[in-house]
Amino acid sequence: MASDEDSDEDFVTYGTPLEPLEEDEPSRKPIPVHEQTVKDEKGRYKRFHGAFTGGFSAGYFNTVGSKEGWTPSTFVSSRQQKSEKHNARPEDFMDEEDFGEHGIAPREITTTDEFASERKDQIKDKARAVSSLAALIPGDPGLLEEFIAPARSSIGVELLRKMGWKDGQGVGPRLKRKPRKQNTGRVYGCSLPRNGSEESEEDDDEFAPENVTFAPKDVVPVDFTPKVDSHGLGYRGLNPLQALGGGSGSGHINLFTLQSDRTTNLFGDRASGQERRGGIAGQAFGVGAMEEEDGDIYHKDSMSNYDNVLGGEEPGDGLYGWTAPQQYTKKKNALKRVMAYSGRILDGFALASEVTEIKTVYPPPDLPRDFRPVHYFRPVIDPSTVSPIVAQALQLSRGQLSQDASQQGRHKLDSTQRRDMLGESALQGPSSVFELLESKDRERLTEIRKAAESQKPSESNLSSAVDRAVVVASAKAKAAALQALSSRFQSSSTQPQPPSETQMALNAWSGPTADASKTFKPFSKNPQKQARYDLYISKLKQGDKDAVELSLDSSMTEWERGREREEFVRAALLYKPSSSSLSSRFTHGKHEEDTDTVDVAQEQENDVDDKQAAVKMKMFGKLTRDTFEWHPDKLLCKRFNIPDPYPGSSMVGMPKVKRDKYSVFNFLTIPDGSQVNPSDPKPSSSTIPRVTAEASSKKSRWDVPVQASEPKDAVSAFLSETRSEVSATQQTEAEVKTQTDALPASATSEVKVAQSVEKQSDQKNEEEEEEEEEEVRPSMDLFKAIFASSSDEKSSSSSEDEAEEEEELAPPTSEAAQSTTTSGTVIPPIPAQFTPAPDINKAMDLKHLTVQSVPSAETTAQSTQSSLNAPAKSQGLDEEEFGPRLPPPGFVPSTHSPQMKKQKKKDKEKHKGKKHKKEKKKKKSKKHKHKGKQKKRHEESDSSSDDTDSNSEDVDRDVPTSELLQRLKNLKNKR
Amino acid sequence: MAFPQPRPQAPQLPQHLWRTVDCQQGAVRAVRFNADGNYLLTCGSDKSLKLWSVSRGTLLKTYSGHGYEVLDADGSYDNSQLCSCSSDKTVILWDVASGQVTRKLRGHAGKVNCVQFNEEATVMLSGSIDGTVRCWDTRSRRMEPIQILDESQDGISSLKVSEHELLTGSVDGRVRRYDLRMGQLQVDYIGSPITCVCFSRDGQCTLSSSLDSTVRLLDKSTGEMLGEYSGHVNKGYKLDCCLTDKDTHVLSCSEDGHVYYWDLVEGSLTLKLPVGKAVVQSLSFHPTEPRLLTSMEGRVQVWGAEPEDAAENES
Repeated sequence: MASDEDSDEDFVTYGTPLEPLEEDEPSRKPIPVHEQTVKDEKGRYKRFHGAFTGGFSAGYFNTVGSKEGWTPSTFVSSRQQKSEKHNARPEDFMDEEDFGEHGIAPREITTTDEFASERKDQIKDKARAVSSLAALIPGDPGLLEEFIAPARSSIGVELLRKMGWKDGQGVGPRLKRKPRKQNTGRVYGCSLPRNGSEESEEDDDEFAPENVTFAPKDVVPVDFTPKVDSHGLGYRGLNPLQALGGGSGSGHINLFTLQSDRTTNLFGDRASGQERRGGIAGQAFGVGAMEEEDGDIYHKDSMSNYDNVLGGEEPGDGLYGWTAPQQYTKKKNALKRVMAYSGRILDGFALASEVTEIKTVYPPPDLPRDFRPVHYFRPVIDPSTVSPIVAQALQLSRGQLSQDASQQGRHKLDSTQRRDMLGESALQGPSSVFELLESKDRERLTEIRKAAESQKPSESNLSSAVDRAVVVASAKAKAAALQALSSRFQSSSTQPQPPSETQMALNAWSGPTADASKTFKPFSKNPQKQARYDLYISKLKQGDKDAVELSLDSSMTEWERGREREEFVRAALLYKPSSSSLSSRFTHGKHEEDTDTVDVAQEQENDVDDKQAAVKMKMFGKLTRDTFEWHPDKLLCKRFNIPDPYPGSSMVGMPKVKRDKYSVFNFLTIPDGSQVNPSDPKPSSSTIPRVTAEASSKKSRWDVPVQASEPKDAVSAFLSETRSEVSATQQTEAEVKTQTDALPASATSEVKVAQSVEKQSDQKNEEEEEEEEEEVRPSMDLFKAIFASSSDEKSSSSSEDEAEEEEELAPPTSEAAQSTTTSGTVIPPIPAQFTPAPDINKAMDLKHLTVQSVPSAETTAQSTQSSLNAPAKSQGLDEEEFGPRLPPPGFVPSTHSPQMKKQKKKDKEKHKGKKHKKEKKKKKSKKHKHKGKQKKRHEESDSSSDDTDSNSEDVDRDVPTSELLQRLKNLKNKR
Repeated sequence: MAFPQPRPQAPQLPQHLWRTVDCQQGAVRAVRFNADGNYLLTCGSDKSLKLWSVSRGTLLKTYSGHGYEVLDADGSYDNSQLCSCSSDKTVILWDVASGQVTRKLRGHAGKVNCVQFNEEATVMLSGSIDGTVRCWDTRSRRMEPIQILDESQDGISSLKVSEHELLTGSVDGRVRRYDLRMGQLQVDYIGSPITCVCFSRDGQCTLSSSLDSTVRLLDKSTGEMLGEYSGHVNKGYKLDCCLTDKDTHVLSCSEDGHVYYWDLVEGSLTLKLPVGKAVVQSLSFHPTEPRLLTSMEGRVQVWGAEPEDAAENES
C-alpha cells in the first residue's frame, strides 16, 4: 500500500534500526564484545547489575554518591531562616529514568483540572471508594462533599457557553433545515418495526422555514469502553437485582443491550423518540413464550438492511419538532421559482442564494507611446567644475533640447527650467547632480578634463573629442541619475546602497568570464527569489545597468524590494564568476544530511580588530583572550587520568548551535552607516565592505607578516565606462598597440580579460582568488611571464629574486619577456607562448583562458599597486605551503660541491637584496640571464649526481613541467 | 623554613660545542631529546627518523616507514615508544627496540607538523596543517582518533602537552590552551602566525614565538604578557623556541644562524650563540641539565655549559 510508506514516519520506534544491507559492500568485521556497549539516552554507559539488584541503574549511575541520594541533608534552622518542613515525596527517591517513558512513574504532559474534560478520574474514584469505607454515610462517600463543592464546569463548556451554546444542544455551526433523509436509520441484524413518530416526519417539509437555523443535535461522544467479558456482542448477562428483585415493571429481563451505551452513542438520535419493544426478539431466538405475536418468525433477511457504505448520511430530519407557519413555506416556494435553474446542479454544489453583482472593470489608462518607466534626471553641470569642452558639449545638447522643449511639454524640461518658468527661487540644497556625485566620480571627471586639456586637440580633432566627451558625460549623468533614483526609492529603513557595489557587480558579471550554468544558487530555498536572482544575473551579464530594478518583483513592498536589492547585489558580488569556476570543479554532494542548518560554535570569538589593536599596544590579557567551554572526550580524560569536567554530558568539543545554512546574511554583514559614507573623502574606505576588511586582515597573517594592509587603489576597483573609454583608450591603448603589435590577437584579448578581472578585484576578491590559486593553479609559465615582466617594469628590486628564479627556470621565455618589458605599461604583455589555441572563439578555450588569467591579473594588480607587497605575494605564489615554511634543506654532504656553496651564498645575498630599492633594469636582466644559466647548470649537475635525492622539494616546486620532462629524459638516457 | 635557601647558582648556559653529528638524512627537520635526555631523535627530510646517543654521538637506530620527510618526533616517558609525524599526513608509533611500526595512523588531511605524547604515553597528539589536532589512542587498536580539535582556523604549527593541558600554536595567530581538567579552551590572540609554543617548566607560563620575529611569554592564567623577546630573525620559517631547564632563559632559533638567549625576567639578550651560516631550524633543551641540541641543515650540534672535558671530569 502506498500509504504505508507515509505512515512509517508516524510510528514511534525504539532502538536503533539496522543499517540497510548492501550487496556489494565488503562484509564488515563484527563489533567485538567489549565494544558493544549499552548507553542510555544521554550517552552514559549502562552496566547491568542484575534484574533484582537495580537493573541498569543501581546507585546513581553506577557510582556511589549522588546529587541527593546518599549525602545526608543537613538541618539548619535559624531565627532568621526557619527551616522549611520538608516532606519527602516518592519522587525524591526516584531516578531520572523512573520518570521516563518506561519508568515506574512516567511523567507526561497532562491537562490540568481546569482544562480537563469531565472524564472520570479513575484514581480519584478508587480513592473515593477506599475512603467511602470510612465515611460517615457508608456507601456514598462523596455525597456530602458534592453537596458542598461548587459546581464547576470545564473551560470548554464555559467557552461554548460564551459562544452561545446552550445545554442540550449540539456543537457546530447552526444548520438550515436539511432535506429529508430517505432512510432514517440503519438496522443491523434484527430490525425493529418502525414507530409512528418517524412516519409523521414525512410531511414536515412544507413547514420548514427558510431563514431559521437550528443548533445541531447533540451527539454524545462515542465511548469506547473495552469489552472485558466473554459474552457475545451486546449480551449483558443477567442482572441479579433485576431478575430476582423484579426491578422493572415489565417483568421482562432484557439480556441484550440494544439500547446500551454503545448504541445510543452511535445512533443516539434514532432511538431517542422510540419506544423499543422489550423482550428477546429476533431471528435466532424465535418467539418467546410470553410474546403475543408470532408473525414474523421466518423473517427473511435482505441486503437492503445492511449498510454497505462507510460513513453515510447523517440521520435526522433537522426539524426538532418545530412546526413552521404556513407563510414561510409559501415564501420558500416563491424563492425557489425565482432561482429556477435549468441545468443540473453538480453534487457538492449549491445554487447561490443571491446573484453576485457584476463589477465594472475600468481599463487602465493608455500610456503615451514614448512613455518610459524610468526617469533620468537631466544633468545640471556647473561649468566651473567641468572642462570647457564638456560644458560646451552639454550646452550644445541642451540648447537643442530647450529649443523643442517648449513644444514638448513640461516633462522635457529640467527642473531649473521649470523653476525659472514658475518664477521660483533656487533651492537651498545641492543645486547640481555633481554635488550628489561621489568624490571619486568627481575626481574622475576632473581627470578627464585634465586629460582633455593636456591633449589640446587640434581643431579637426576637437569635434570628435567633444562627441566623445558628450557620450561620456551623458553616461556619467545617467549613472548618477540612477544612483539618485535608487537612493530615492529606498526607504529610510534601509541603508543607501553604495552605488559602487552595483557597479562592481556589473563589472564582475558583464565580462565574458560569466558562466551561466555554473553559478552558485544562493536562494535555492526560495525558487521564486532564485528566479528573480537569475534574471538579475542574466541582466548583469548583458551589461544592463539597472538590472536590479528590473528583476525585482514589482508587487512586493518597497521595503522588501530594497532588502532584496541589497541582497542580490551582494550575492552577485560574493558568488561572482571567478568563484563559480572554482565551484565547477566540485560536484554537489548527493546526500546532504541536513540542508537547513549548519553547526556553528555557540560562543563566538570577539572582534579581531580589537585584538589587533590590543596586540599593537602590547596589551595582552583580557583583550586578547577568549575563553570557551570545551568538552574533552570521555576517553581522553580517562587516558589523561583526569575526571571528566562535564560528567553526564555526551557533547564533545565546543558547544554548537544550529544556524540557518544558506541565508545570505550568515555570510554578509550589512554595512554600518558609519562605513558607507558617500561623502567620505577617502576613496577606498567607503566602498569596501566590512567583510573585506576582515578578510584582508586574515590574509595578512597568511604566510609572512605582510605590511599592514594598505588602502588599495580605488580606481582599479571601480571601473566605469569613462575609464574604459577615455583613459584606457587615450593613455594605454595607444602605447600598447605600438608595442604589442607583434603579439597575436589572442594575447591582447586575453589581456582584456585579465583587465576586466582586475577591475573587479578588490581586497576580498583577492583573498578568494588566492585561495583559489591553490586549487586552480595555472601553468608555471604564466607566472613566469608575469613576474618577469611586472618586476621589470616596476623596476623594483624587491621582486628581483623571484624574477631570477623564474628566469633561471625558463630561459627561453625570459627573452621574450625582455623584449616586451621595456615599456612602462600597466598591462603586462603576455608572450605569445601562453595562448596555446589561437582560436579564441571556442567557448572552451575562452573558459580556459579566463581561469588562467585570474591569478595573473591579480598579481599584476598587486605589483602595480604596491611594490612592497610584491615579494610577499609572489612568495606565497611560489610556495604551495601554508603557514611557516621549512628552511631549505641545505646540501647533503654527499653532494658537497663548491658550486652549491656559491648558490647558497647567493641565496643569502638575495635575502639581503630585498632591502635594496631601485636598480637599473637592464643591468639586472643581464645579471639574471647569467645567473639563470649558472643555476641551471647547477641543478642539472645536482640531479645527475644525486638521483635519489628526495629532499629537493623546494627546487622541485619551481621547476616547470617542461624541464621536469627534460630531466626525466636525461635520466632515461643514462640508464 | 628553618634553613635559608641555598644561594642560587649563576645560570649556566650551554655555549660550548661538544660535538657535531652529521645525520646523513637530509635536512634535519627537528631534533628532540628523549624523556631523560640521554638520547636524541632527529627527523630527517629523507623520510627517516634516527635515534642517537647524546654522549657518544653514535647512531643507535634508524626508523624508516614514513612516506615523506619527518617533521617532528617525541619519545615516551619510559623510552619504550616513539612517535613521529610526517609530511605524508601520517603519524607513526614506533617500537623503540625493534624499530617496527606499531601503529600508523592516517586521518590528517595535510602534513602533520607536530606530535607529542601525553605524560603517560597513552595518547598521541598531532597537529597538522589541516588545522586540526587529533588525539590518538595508543592503548586501543582503534585507528580513529579519540577526539579531533578543529577549533583552529589555520594550520597547527606547534603543540605541547602537559599533565592536563594541551597547548597549540596555529598559523591563524592564536595560541590555544585546552584545559582538560577545567573543560575550557583559552585562546590568546598573538596576531602573527605562531611557529612554536612551549610551557614553562613550572607550568605557569606559555612561550610562543611568531613570525613577527618575537618570542612572547604569556601568563597562563590571565593571558597577560610577561615578557617579550626580540632581536632574532624569524620571518618565514618554522623555528623552535624553548626555555632552559631552570626557566632562567628563553631560547630561540634564528634565521641568521644563531641561537638567541634572553634573560627571562629582564628580557635582555644574554647570549647570541653562533651555530652556523644557515638557518637554525630546531632546538631542544635537556630536561634537567644545561645542554642544548640545535639542528642546522643536515647536522645536529650538542652544546654544553662548559667544555666537554670539564664536564666529564666532574661526572
